[in-house]
Amino acid sequence: MAGTVLDTALENLDQALEAVRTAAQSQAVADGAAAAAHVATGGVIDPFIFRFAIFILAIFVGYYVVWSVTPALHTPLMAVTNAISSVIVVGALLAVGASATGMATGFGFVALVLASVNIFGGFLVTQRMLAMYKKKEK
Amino acid sequence: MSENLAAFLYLVSGVLFIMALRGLSHPTTSRQGNTYGMVGMGIAIVTTLLLAKPSLSSLGLILVGIAAGGGAGAWIARKIPMTSMPQLVAGFHSLVGLAAVLVAAAALYSPHAFGIGEVGQIHGQALVEMSLGVAIGAVTFTGSIIAFLKLDGRMSGKPIMLPMRHVLNAGLAIAIVVFIAILVATESHTVFWLIVLCALALGVLLIIPIGGADMPVVVSMLNSYSGWAAAGIGFTLGNLALIITGALVGSSGAILSYIMCKAMNRSFISVILGGFGGEAAAAGGDDIDRSVKLGSADDAAFLMMNASKVIIVPGYGMAVAQAQHAVRELADKLKANGVEVKYAIHPVAGRMPGHMNVLLAEANVPYDEVFELEDINSEFAQADVAYVIGANDVTNPAARDDKTSPIYGMPILDVDKAKTCLFVKRSLGSGYAGIDNTLFYKDGTMMLLGDAKKMTDDIVKAMDH
Repeated sequence: MAGTVLDTALENLDQALEAVRTAAQSQAVADGAAAAAHVATGGVIDPFIFRFAIFILAIFVGYYVVWSVTPALHTPLMAVTNAISSVIVVGALLAVGASATGMATGFGFVALVLASVNIFGGFLVTQRMLAMYKKKEK
Repeated sequence: MSENLAAFLYLVSGVLFIMALRGLSHPTTSRQGNTYGMVGMGIAIVTTLLLAKPSLSSLGLILVGIAAGGGAGAWIARKIPMTSMPQLVAGFHSLVGLAAVLVAAAALYSPHAFGIGEVGQIHGQALVEMSLGVAIGAVTFTGSIIAFLKLDGRMSGKPIMLPMRHVLNAGLAIAIVVFIAILVATESHTVFWLIVLCALALGVLLIIPIGGADMPVVVSMLNSYSGWAAAGIGFTLGNLALIITGALVGSSGAILSYIMCKAMNRSFISVILGGFGGEAAAAGGDDIDRSVKLGSADDAAFLMMNASKVIIVPGYGMAVAQAQHAVRELADKLKANGVEVKYAIHPVAGRMPGHMNVLLAEANVPYDEVFELEDINSEFAQADVAYVIGANDVTNPAARDDKTSPIYGMPILDVDKAKTCLFVKRSLGSGYAGIDNTLFYKDGTMMLLGDAKKMTDDIVKAMDH
């Protein structure tokens, strides 16, 4: 059952991806996909709704994917989710790379260092843990 | 790079993150999954750099930041002992929380860099998303620090119960909502920092009343929070990679919290409200025979060598004593002697989900000898010896039989059904939940008093005689 639901969820995601692609291609305006959807629907749908739809779908994808994680790997799961949530580094990079004020650059730099600790630490410690899981030698 | 291509690449990295989690459904696919995750992160970072087009000096600053943080992270990942994994994860959560707060602050001070308007004219919606992200981020930050201190033993695991704490927490939550409304109306930087301050205080107050036994839930919950904080910032920046990741991590942490709560038969609300595991619970059932049978390493070695099936039940005490390698040696000796050996793991054994599995894997125990509660519980009746090392509350028959016990209803490992239960423990005190274990007084139980590692080593030595 979970398999078919997962498939449906993944299919939804595929559709969302397709939508993003189409939207992205049909528009040259900034704010990419979201703004594209905004205009494609005659400006009726706010870009926020579009992002929110992706957010909700991703929660469902997450729900089914995480239930299929074997309990033996729950600790690596936490370590790796920790590492990927550090994708917040994109905000830090924008702050350091494109800010006009010193304050924002400073905040961005500290955030960049913290997120980097997490990215490298998270992925490497996950890798170290996963390398230890071995099957019985026959 | 065009914004469209960038949005598409962020989506690709989001999908790679989904595949990273998907890989964890089995140990053999997990390593590849981790690689997907790293590639996804790499794509997100390169895309952002191409998009932001930093000046040469900014680029230098960025490389310094990544090298400094990345170097520290890599060093920690290499050095950290596997037993300290819970506090490491809690510590990492705090960094994500603080990073979310700082990114939001940067967006407030330089909205232009993020394409959300100019100073004084940031879109109201962006301010709402930003302040939600910042509030959750700040709660995650201080909450995780408290969790880290408790897990690392730098702070007592006992719940700290402030008077009126529920009123205090509710007051802070209301204050945050009011400040968010004011921030949206005025875009005042002072109000922004007031939100941060209230959320930081709330994070501390939420975690200090939660006892050590509930830490697996807390760590999972903070995992979830760090995801929601990232998603909030993702909405502000309109970044698909962040939104998808935030949703994934948020639901992942929530599911783990649910699994942990169910394994303790406690409601999520009662865990959050805290207070469990502090007060010494009233010892129920005083009518039972309180005599205890003590055994020596030689007795244990004799019993195990003459058994045909031994099930090892590890718990947090094994982690504290670093006894996982000794346990593996013991199992090797038994297997060489023709004894069937299996490991049984309770979902809340240890201080975080899956903690025991990692420790056993570290000691080279093959993962196909390690079983979850529901897969092995029926086998205790056929086992000659159950070797309980460092576990306590998860084996307490009171949870199954005594309706007055505070842990009644919690699923336990039926170690009392094995012919003999060897229970390694430092003293006859109660467990982490502060509840007396009726298992100690049963006829089939032999207590082995001593340090988990030393006792196991002694048994291995005794087997050679």
